[in-house]
Amino acid sequence: MTFFLDSFNSALLLLWSLDKDLLVIVSLSLKVSFFSTLISGLAGVPLGLAISMNDFRGKRLVTTVLNTLLALPTVVIGLFVYSFISRRGLLGSMGLLYTPKAMIIGQVILILPIVITLTITALSRIDGRYRKTAMTLGANPFQTAFVIIREARFSILAAIIVAFGRVIAEVGISMMLGGNARGFTRTMTTAMALEFDKGEFTMSVALGIVLLLISFAVNIVLNYFQGKAGD
Amino acid sequence: MNKKYTFIIMTILLILSFFVSNASGEEKIIKMSTTTSTENSGLLNVILPEFTKDTGIRVKVFAKGTGAAIRDGMDGNVDVIFVHDKPREDKFMQEGYGAYRLAVMHNDFIILGPKNDPAGIRGMNAKEAFRRIADSKSLFVSRGDDSGTHAKEQELWGLAGITLEKRKTDVIKEGKAESLEYIYPAVLGERYISIGQGMGKTLTFSEEKQAYTLADRGTYLEYRYGREQGLDLEILCEGGDNLGNPYGIIPVNPEKYPDVKYEYADRLARWLVSERGQRLIADYRIQGHQAFFPDALK
Repeated sequence: MTFFLDSFNSALLLLWSLDKDLLVIVSLSLKVSFFSTLISGLAGVPLGLAISMNDFRGKRLVTTVLNTLLALPTVVIGLFVYSFISRRGLLGSMGLLYTPKAMIIGQVILILPIVITLTITALSRIDGRYRKTAMTLGANPFQTAFVIIREARFSILAAIIVAFGRVIAEVGISMMLGGNARGFTRTMTTAMALEFDKGEFTMSVALGIVLLLISFAVNIVLNYFQGKAGD
Repeated sequence: MNKKYTFIIMTILLILSFFVSNASGEEKIIKMSTTTSTENSGLLNVILPEFTKDTGIRVKVFAKGTGAAIRDGMDGNVDVIFVHDKPREDKFMQEGYGAYRLAVMHNDFIILGPKNDPAGIRGMNAKEAFRRIADSKSLFVSRGDDSGTHAKEQELWGLAGITLEKRKTDVIKEGKAESLEYIYPAVLGERYISIGQGMGKTLTFSEEKQAYTLADRGTYLEYRYGREQGLDLEILCEGGDNLGNPYGIIPVNPEKYPDVKYEYADRLARWLVSERGQRLIADYRIQGHQAFFPDALK
């Protein structure tokens, strides 16, 4: 019991004193997660739309593959990307490994399938008549897509929130591709893993509590926008 | 018999086999926390099977930084620890967590760097080399995980006359404020990369960045010669007074934690310093290089 109390108090202390290391860690976590979510959103929503709006051969295969990718372990993604960007790899000369960019690449691979499949699900719930009406009223394909996305904006925003939650809590990719370098690629989750490895459990849980509080804050903001979108 | 029955029977058998395998848990097993260097160097894979052959006791190994291994011992999570950080081991003993400490073996630390050696430290002693690295424009990768190697690295910065800065983070432990310290050579600035991971990971990280680093010889040999892809870093400094690396084994004190398997842990410790254990350690070779030197052999 004291352990949890200690951890909670430590978390408050960390936040209260605006611990410099903590700020660096938190801002890096947010930055990396933000960009990977943004990229996945910009790529995933149109892709999901394209898949859901078009009938083509192998569509079911594509959705099955996408659903399988939802279960892709972070370690596999880490290894895969690692083999491309390490010094001996194909893209080795770019010096990407152990940089925030490498983490973003891995995380995009992780959540892109989430964004696509959830977008497909979101769009499948939209009444097909919207599309037909828009088209009869003379909307071009882009305008039609816009109408449909606007109808599904709640669920699509929810998909983005899920994707963000997945990356901010993710540790495997950040550790393998970021390398947990202090002040450079150390995120909240890799910092937790490190404190655990060092045997500093209180600090580890304290960081966990901070992570939850931050995710909570981010979700409040997103919820606000979601509410706005409903008005 | 139809398919349904076959399925049910198979399922029951599967569940039963699970229980059976657990029920035969009369096996003698102990848990040992050790440093990543003993595990990564491949030594344990060779000597522990011999120990099991001799005594029937199996050893479950948890490889971590020395700090975490000692922590495992302090929490009574393992039966024995096998680590290399003499000051902290002594503290562990003083606080009554260990039954006794035996000196098992030593190897040495080496300073590694890229082949072209941009800081020009080849052949220097550790003190000068660290000073040169600090003055250069080269990167240095630190374990940064409170391990024995990390402790040695801090000692070497100190010896080299590099000012170490402390950064404190306050936490609450058992209701009391306490601070965790992070000690680092501030002059290196962004060239000092503290990654908080094991020895093996630190080697591959340094290779990737073509940076300097401090490593134990065992892990280096294993990574350089024991793997197909090798390691693109060279030993630039070795030997001298400051690079010794003694390993000790400490069974966890049964008076502190009655649940630990002291009897088996004791057998392991005594076996490691026995003629046979010591010979195995001395004979262990990584690609023809002796990696560890026994300390208890007469």
